Amino acid sequence: MIFFNQNRPETLYQVSNIFILTSILLALFLNSLPWEGIWLMLRPDFVALVLLYWCMHKPLRIGIGLSWLVGIFADVANASLFGQHALTYTLLAFCGLILHRRLQLFTFRQQTSQVFAVFLLTYTLFALINWQENGCITWLYFIGCLTSTLLWIPISIMFQEIQRRSVARR
Amino acid sequence: MDGTQSIRFFNRGPSPAARLAFFSALSLLLMFLDARYQYLESTRSVLSVIVSPIQRLATLPSTLVQQASEFFVVQGQLIDDNQLLQRQHQHDAAQLSQLQALQQENLRLRALLNLPKPDNFSLQTVEVVYAEPDVFKRKILVNKGTDMQIEPGQIVMDERGIVGQVTRVYPWLSEVTLITEKNHAVPVQVLRSGLRTIVFGAGDTSQLALRYIPASADIKQGDILVTSGVDGIYPANIPVARIKTIERDPTLPFAHVTSLPVAGVDQHRHLLILSTLPKRPSRPTGQPENSSHKGIRQ
Repeated sequence: MIFFNQNRPETLYQVSNIFILTSILLALFLNSLPWEGIWLMLRPDFVALVLLYWCMHKPLRIGIGLSWLVGIFADVANASLFGQHALTYTLLAFCGLILHRRLQLFTFRQQTSQVFAVFLLTYTLFALINWQENGCITWLYFIGCLTSTLLWIPISIMFQEIQRRSVARR
Repeated sequence: MDGTQSIRFFNRGPSPAARLAFFSALSLLLMFLDARYQYLESTRSVLSVIVSPIQRLATLPSTLVQQASEFFVVQGQLIDDNQLLQRQHQHDAAQLSQLQALQQENLRLRALLNLPKPDNFSLQTVEVVYAEPDVFKRKILVNKGTDMQIEPGQIVMDERGIVGQVTRVYPWLSEVTLITEKNHAVPVQVLRSGLRTIVFGAGDTSQLALRYIPASADIKQGDILVTSGVDGIYPANIPVARIKTIERDPTLPFAHVTSLPVAGVDQHRHLLILSTLPKRPSRPTGQPENSSHKGIRQ
């Protein structure tokens, strides 16, 4: 249970730009996998997860501008309205920056509830834009919000482990 | 929050709130431009060149699995398939020769009656590279774009019927909106009775909806709907859908009709794109415009 008790601010760990970039590209790749049917509903938004993680842990490196840029690429990849993902990820990054000091004091389990609220907010924004565009709301879309939150702890543990190992190697 | 946040030792540029406002405004502006004026198609196609390698890479695992399973097909099955296809081919060839005779006869009769010649169009085979993993959308990307003179508005079909319409063209890709996309409209005609109507995509399911069908209309379960060709975009007489259910509620003026697409809208790897139709004579001016249907593109 070592992961759940540590209170060390992770901002102290060095992270290479390559690692951050690779994680974002990998998230874009995972989002683009051919998901279908119910799996598409269950699909967590990997890009949002990774962006939120970096905004919370490296707020000086990954901020609102970069999230917006990633959102633009996500818009092109998903053929959605130009700026739809960008606006969503901008809001997400803003929430991440605002909350990052508070969250570093929390354990992973406490973080999860906060993260869920952030995802719910951004998913609602995305669905609202779609509602404006198409005139309908697909309620099943909000399942993705839950699965994204469930992935928060595994992804945090994984990223921290990778960072710790790379620091140890140096 | 403690008071330390307001003391700024280092200049880190604008505050998060200012950045949020700036980038939100930028996104809203982009969305407005995209939705209203379609100004950003060229930007989109440039960026798609950067994104498409990731998309192609993402479809690689499923493609590899498929190719591997194709490689390990039992020879007996191949022989069976071959025989079946050959029989089918002979059957089709016999029917085709009849069809050609009929076509000639039809042309002669049309010439006698001074009717215009039916449209001729060619086909291009394309392969599906990618389906949009988006809950809200029913779109696929196919592997030919401006390099093969694909244009927005062209019709996509399989061997059974209409699958969708090309809506956006990139350098090496084109985006096809499926007929099951929410509010995508196809002008159709009931093959049996000649009743003209419009069929709409129902969005999240594989169904198609017919709206504003009078309760007394001559339409039955199992009727085939073919394109009517009155819009000048869809060529006439290509199968679109088959009527699944009709509910006639005496309290409502319209019948509730659902239909299923004839084509395998979600099932194919290879599709056909029809060449664009010749331009129709333009609409006479000075007429009231209230009869135009909203939803048919262009």
